[in-house]
Amino acid sequence: MDTVTVINALVSGLLTGLVYGLSALGLSVIFGVIRIVNFAHGELMVVGMFLALMLFRWFGLDPLWSVPIGAAVLFLVGYALQHFVVRRVSYLPDHMQFLLLAGIAIMIVSGCLVVFGPDAQGVQLAYALDSFAIGNLIVDKVRLYAAIAAIVVASALLLFFKYSATGRAIRACADNYLGARVVGLNVDRLYAFTFGIGAACIGAAGCIILLLVQVHPYLAPAYTLLAFVVVIVGGMGSLFGALLGGILIGVSEELASVILQPSLKTAFSFGLLIVVLLLRPQGLLGRVVR
Amino acid sequence: MTSIDRKLAGKTVGRRTVLAGAAGAAAAAAVPLRFASAQGKTLKIGVNLPRSGIQAQFGQDSVRGIELALEVLAGKGYPKVEVVHADNETKVDVGRAQAEKLIDQGCTMILGCYDSGITSAVAQVCEAKSIPLVVNVAAAPQITDGRFKTVFRNFPTGPMIASDAFLLQKEVYAIAGKAPKSAVMLHANDTFGTTQKDASVNLIGKFDMPYKFADVISYDPAARDLSAEVRKAKGSNAELLWIITRLNDAIMIVQEMVKQRWVPMGIVSTGPGPYDDPFLKQLGKLSDDIINMVPWFDPNKPMSKAMIAAWAKKFPDRTLNTSVSHSFEATLIALDAYKRAGAAEPAKLIEALKKTNIADNVTVGPAITFNDKGQNTKTRNSAIQNRGGKLLSVAPKEAAVAKPIWPMRPWNARG
Amino acid sequence: MSDLTLAGRAALIAFAIALLALPWVASGYILSVSIICLYLAYMGQAWNLMLGFAGLLSIGHALFVGLGAYASGFLFTRWGVPPVIGVAAAVAVAMLMGAIIGYLGFRFAIGGVYFALLTIAFSEFVRILLDHAKFLGGTEGLFLPVTQASRRGVDLVNLRGWTEMYYYVILALAGGAFLLCRALLNGRIGYYWRAIRDNPEAAEAVGVDIFRFRMFAVLLSSGMAGVAGVFYAFYYNNLFPEQVLGIERSIEITLAPIVGGVGTLFGPIFGAFVLTPLGELLTDLVGHLKSWGIIAKDVKVDGVKLMFWGFAVALIVLLKPTGLWPWVCQQLRLVKPPGQRG
Repeated sequence: MDTVTVINALVSGLLTGLVYGLSALGLSVIFGVIRIVNFAHGELMVVGMFLALMLFRWFGLDPLWSVPIGAAVLFLVGYALQHFVVRRVSYLPDHMQFLLLAGIAIMIVSGCLVVFGPDAQGVQLAYALDSFAIGNLIVDKVRLYAAIAAIVVASALLLFFKYSATGRAIRACADNYLGARVVGLNVDRLYAFTFGIGAACIGAAGCIILLLVQVHPYLAPAYTLLAFVVVIVGGMGSLFGALLGGILIGVSEELASVILQPSLKTAFSFGLLIVVLLLRPQGLLGRVVR
Repeated sequence: MTSIDRKLAGKTVGRRTVLAGAAGAAAAAAVPLRFASAQGKTLKIGVNLPRSGIQAQFGQDSVRGIELALEVLAGKGYPKVEVVHADNETKVDVGRAQAEKLIDQGCTMILGCYDSGITSAVAQVCEAKSIPLVVNVAAAPQITDGRFKTVFRNFPTGPMIASDAFLLQKEVYAIAGKAPKSAVMLHANDTFGTTQKDASVNLIGKFDMPYKFADVISYDPAARDLSAEVRKAKGSNAELLWIITRLNDAIMIVQEMVKQRWVPMGIVSTGPGPYDDPFLKQLGKLSDDIINMVPWFDPNKPMSKAMIAAWAKKFPDRTLNTSVSHSFEATLIALDAYKRAGAAEPAKLIEALKKTNIADNVTVGPAITFNDKGQNTKTRNSAIQNRGGKLLSVAPKEAAVAKPIWPMRPWNARG
Repeated sequence: MSDLTLAGRAALIAFAIALLALPWVASGYILSVSIICLYLAYMGQAWNLMLGFAGLLSIGHALFVGLGAYASGFLFTRWGVPPVIGVAAAVAVAMLMGAIIGYLGFRFAIGGVYFALLTIAFSEFVRILLDHAKFLGGTEGLFLPVTQASRRGVDLVNLRGWTEMYYYVILALAGGAFLLCRALLNGRIGYYWRAIRDNPEAAEAVGVDIFRFRMFAVLLSSGMAGVAGVFYAFYYNNLFPEQVLGIERSIEITLAPIVGGVGTLFGPIFGAFVLTPLGELLTDLVGHLKSWGIIAKDVKVDGVKLMFWGFAVALIVLLKPTGLWPWVCQQLRLVKPPGQRG
């Protein structure tokens, strides 16, 4: 194993990690505020991917341009999901919420199978396979775009939560549910809005990731699990925690692949998850939850 | 009784009618549900395949092959049969229960099951009920190691595929006049991938190959990202890349190779993936020049020509692949046995299957026959090269329709 | 039994008789579906011990099943150790794993969803290790020998025989688990468990050793799952890490008790007997819809069944959040109201 391989692995791990972080942002937003663990996370992302695929097939739209559409559609889906369904189980214990979302996840996966079939499908774009070469270092163009998008989306969310009135109201709900009610915030609507924003992140991520991965219905569970690992390592509810978690997982997986067998790399990220859960259950950047 | 039971029981609202209804339902459920094993005149074939779940893609292609065979064979004087389809959801337990159900519905022959684990579970049911099982696709050697007496498999075992791959490579290298001096294997860490890898690594010494494996790399077939895997393979500086994939991973490997600008002398594959439709459509020109050394049909045989023509008519925008051809042939074997048995009784069908000898078939090799363990040991594989969205047989000589392109063309030099 | 109304007793006895008599009347298909039902009922009981009685949500129970299955399967294939002895090893390995997870979870005070994710992480971690464990077959699978003679008759020592034998074995396990849980719940430990589940701080304040009782629940639950693993190994006779330990399997285990009613004794059994037949009925329904022409013949329906199934599960959560069994009990007056108990 030479230095070139290691440096390439590190850079690729960093970019892949940011893509992982991007895919997990939505889970973090939803958990951070509503305290619902969205077990249908990967499934929503697959919906976003299929949406971008259809837009590409019908209108030749580049998935990068589909990002706003995917985000908007998924926002509506998320809003409706919280408003009509998830809200009703908010007072129930964790396992009931888990079962409800697991049921919804099964519906989405099977629905995608019925509508789109089991074939792996993707988009063909001229630049999708481009890469930049800097000496021996090869950087994948699409991953670079996706990594930039991850940082942009996370920053936009951060600004939104910090400075906009709605964002601050949402944070108030997350910090003190009862207090928010008392001062007259429409908590139900804000929660639905938050779920919508989380879902919009998922939709945007789905559109971008379609450039990297072929979509098929059974991709979903893997992404749900990945998002959990990333978000817990980084800290549930922390936006940059999700990115940091993604980077840690991405880099450690790359290094595990170089040093050990690549097929063990997922075990590596689960091992990391176990260590973080034990030593710092709130995650690296997470706050202690009451 | 627990606290919750008690708490709720406290608020009881009596509804005797509901009770009566439930009792009625219970009685109805208890009615003996033994289906009459209708062993009438027409043979009922139970098809047990993964039509949903992680292998849905292959299961649905297999179903297409069976439907195609029924149409083609009806025109060639084979008897009419009834086919009952079941979906095993790519799960062992569902597969087993569905096999029982098919048998209860009067099926006296089962066809399936694509996955080795499910096939083996279904074989146990068939064995216990003395029902013949005709395997379309499944490569685990255990299935025909003598443990089952009613299993018949026309698909090669892992070691058979590996051995043929070495022979076919030698043929290709001889034609091209250029052979790699080192190789790296990149295989999915799943049942098929590991079986194949082991067989290849164990058997390479017997074939006096021009190369040795510089590295053998296994990856998680569900991996979301294969950049590290490809980087590692590239780092071995091998001239030949040997892949054993499912499908999605095969696409990702080629995309990563392009991104990482790695052009080996060539790529050979001994699994599904590079010959599947989505691979060809997704990668376009980049899918060219890969050589699949896999169970295949012999395009020069008359039955194959009929199959290819019917396929082009029925599924004009899909490519014919191994799942299709071997399901087609499994159906052929089933109908042939039924024709010779002249009855749908399982015992007679098994006797007929044992004496199978079909020369007018589609797959490569001599006539289909089974050894005493139910394995067709004479079936051969082909070397199939991807060329412009088409799959062309390049070896062995008797089944070839084109000369191989070897070494492969660089990614950016493809017309 | 003393809590049951006449209708409740009649229903229980009728159910028991129906289960005992089933192999004489049912077809092979019904029998094998019933085996899946009973298996899930048994696993639901084991899982329920952890969540319903100790307040710990596990979404990694397939891990314990898998360890039990691999331990007994390996001993049998390698040295011919019969499952009656192998089960001890299976239970030991599963309990050891349970002890590790339980200890770490308690020691580091990981609760709620985080504990659930800890169980998932362990289960996936072990699954990937098993994928690479050559001596256990890895992804190539561990195939248990099935000899011609062993498939006939009844050989309880080697767990080999007709489907009917497997049916009675799993029926005995499910019945035994039910009685065991009932005895525990009605005993001292049951009161401690409920106290801990409902209010751990208060329980601790009055001097209940929370760690000990929770650990007991975890050990019992994982040990029971280990026994289920032995059954799995010898019933299906082939083991693949993905098929045995996949996260889908863990989720499947949680469904019956949640749908039936977490923390109830009969809920897991009821849930299993609702969900599994529901899946089978939906398969038939989709077939009928197609043959009646409601769904066009050329439409691919693969997946429609699971779509309905997911919908049904979500609907149950929304409509009956405490589970189906308490509701059924109430509707059918199977249990005496508290005032009328002797």
